[in-house]
Amino acid sequence: MAEVPQRQAYGAALAEYGERNPDVVVLDADVSSSTLTKLFADRYPTRFFNLGVTEASMVDVGVGLALGGKIPFVNTFAALLTLRACEQIRTCVAYARANVKLVGGYSGLSDYKDGPTHFAVNDVALMRSMPNMAVIAPADNIEAARMVAAVAEYDGPVYMRISRAAVPDVFGPDHQVQIGKGITLRTGRDVTIVGSGSMMGRCVQAANQLVAEGIDVRLLNIHTLKPLDVDLLQQAAEETGALVTAEDHSVIGGLGGAVAEALGRTRPAALEYVGLQDTFAGTGLDTESLMDAWGLSVADIVDAARRAMARKR
Amino acid sequence: MHLHTEKLIGELQDAARQIRLDTLDMVYRRQAGHPGGSFSAADILAALYFHHLKIDPDNPGWAERDRFILSKGHAAAALYAALARRGYFPVADLEKWGHLDGHLQGHPDRIKTPGVEMSSGFLGHGLSIAVGMALAQRLGGPRYHVYALMSDGCMQSGVAWEGALTAAKYKTTELTVIMDYNDVQLDGAAHEIMPLEPIVDKWKAFGFAVLEINGHNMRQILDALDMALEIHSKPTVILAHTTKGKGVSFMENTAAWHGAVPNPEQYAKARAELLGGA
Repeated sequence: MAEVPQRQAYGAALAEYGERNPDVVVLDADVSSSTLTKLFADRYPTRFFNLGVTEASMVDVGVGLALGGKIPFVNTFAALLTLRACEQIRTCVAYARANVKLVGGYSGLSDYKDGPTHFAVNDVALMRSMPNMAVIAPADNIEAARMVAAVAEYDGPVYMRISRAAVPDVFGPDHQVQIGKGITLRTGRDVTIVGSGSMMGRCVQAANQLVAEGIDVRLLNIHTLKPLDVDLLQQAAEETGALVTAEDHSVIGGLGGAVAEALGRTRPAALEYVGLQDTFAGTGLDTESLMDAWGLSVADIVDAARRAMARKR
Repeated sequence: MHLHTEKLIGELQDAARQIRLDTLDMVYRRQAGHPGGSFSAADILAALYFHHLKIDPDNPGWAERDRFILSKGHAAAALYAALARRGYFPVADLEKWGHLDGHLQGHPDRIKTPGVEMSSGFLGHGLSIAVGMALAQRLGGPRYHVYALMSDGCMQSGVAWEGALTAAKYKTTELTVIMDYNDVQLDGAAHEIMPLEPIVDKWKAFGFAVLEINGHNMRQILDALDMALEIHSKPTVILAHTTKGKGVSFMENTAAWHGAVPNPEQYAKARAELLGGA
C-alpha cells in the first residue's frame, strides 16, 4: 500500500506541475482540503479559485477560463462534479470542446465513511458517454502524478477520477503514461485481467494468485477508459479468449461496458465483470473492507477469471 | 462617455431593423426558430456588433477582441444575422441555417461558426462563463471586456445566480451583464411562470451595479454600455426592459411567438411592419 492517499499524490503533483506550466489554474468547490488542491492553492493563490458550493457554475467558470487561454483543473468530489454539473459538462465542456480538465476526487467507494451519497459509482459511465471527452482512472500514485502533466498537455476536455484512499503501488518511479495507451503488466495466454483505477492493485494480487496455480494470466492496466486502447484489448481477446474486467464503479457503463462494446464488434470472448452490480453499496469502516464486502475483492477477481476461462470455446 | 451622434443612432437603428428582417426571413425559410426573443434582443445586438464591441470580423481570433456570449442561445438567428451583416461570414450563409451542409446550428456553436464566442442553447450558462473569461485576463495576457446577454429565463436558473455570486466575490469589472428583460417566456408571462421581481433589488443584493434602460432605445443602450465601462468597483448589469417580438405588432408580448413560425400572410405583414417601422 502506498504511504500516502492517491489524492495527496495528485495534489502534490498538481502543485509541482503548476511551477512548470503557468497557464494551469485550479478551481475547487469548498473541498480543496479534501481533494488536496489546497497544495496548489497554497503555492499559487492568484491561480486558485475556491467557488464554494457552486459546482454547476464552477464548471462554467472553468469553461470561461479555458476560452481565455488558461488550462483549468476543475475539482470536487467525483459524484458532485459529474452529477450536479452534468449538463454544464455536456453542453459547455464536451459539446463546446472547451479545454477543461475535470478531476473528480473521492472516486468509487473510497469515501467509505460518508456512504452512498458521496460514492461515485457511475461517473465513468456518464463521462464516457460524452463526445469529445477523454476519461482517465490512474491506477496508483505514480500514475496519478504522471497523468497531471499528460492531462494538462492533452488538447481537449478530460475527466479524471482520483481515489480518496491510499491504493496499492503498482508501478515504479520510471513509469510513463500516454493517454489512450493501455499497459501490459504481464503477457499470458489463458485469461486476461483488465484493471483500472484503484482496482489495479487488487488485479495484480489476483493475477499473482492465479499464476501461482499455474494459470498463464495476462494483465492489462487501462488507465484511459476513453479513448480506449481497442487494439490491445482485441489482441488479448484473440490470444486468451477470456477476459475479466475489474473496476471501482458500476458494471454498467464503466470499464466492463467499454470492453464489451469494443470486443463485441470484432473479437467476442468470454467476459466477466467485477464491479458494483447495479447497486449503491453502503457505508463502511474502511475502504478496503468495504470494497471486499461489495464484490470487489481479490477473490472476486480470481473467481471471475476462473468462470471466464471455463466459458472459453 | 461619448456623445453619440444622431447619424450613428440612425445607422444602428437600421442595423437593428436588418437583424429583425434577416431573422424573420430565416425563421420563415427554415420553418423553425425563435422570433420573439430574437426581436427583443435586436437593438442590443446592433449596438454591440455595429458600434460598441472591440472586434475585427476579418480576424475572429484576435486575442484582444471583446467577448460577447449569447446566453439566451435561442436568439441564434439574430446573432447570426448580426455576425453575417458585420462580415464574419457571407450573408448567403443565413439561407443555410439548420441545413446539413451549413455551419449555422439550431443554437450557436463556437466550433462551427466564426464569431460565435461560446456555444449556447440551454439557458443560464453565459454569466458564469463570462466570469471565467474575465478572471482569465487577470492572470496575464491580452486585455478585453466581456459581455453576457441573459434572458429572464436565464435568470430563473440557479447556475446563473451562482455565477453572480462568483462575479461579486471577484468584483469582475471586466464583465458587463445585459439582461434582456422581455418578461415573456415559452409558456407565458415570466412574472406568472416564475416571478423575478424585485429584480433590481436582487441584482443589487448580489453585488451588481444596475443600469436600468429601455432596451429598444438606441441612445440609452449606447450610453449604458459606455457607462458600464466606467464602473470600477463592482460588476455591472444593464437591465434592459424590452418587448418580446418587438417590431411586429401581432408578435409583441405574446408567448406564442417564442418559438412559432409565421404563415405566408403573417410573414408578409411582419415584413411590411419591420420595413415601415423606425
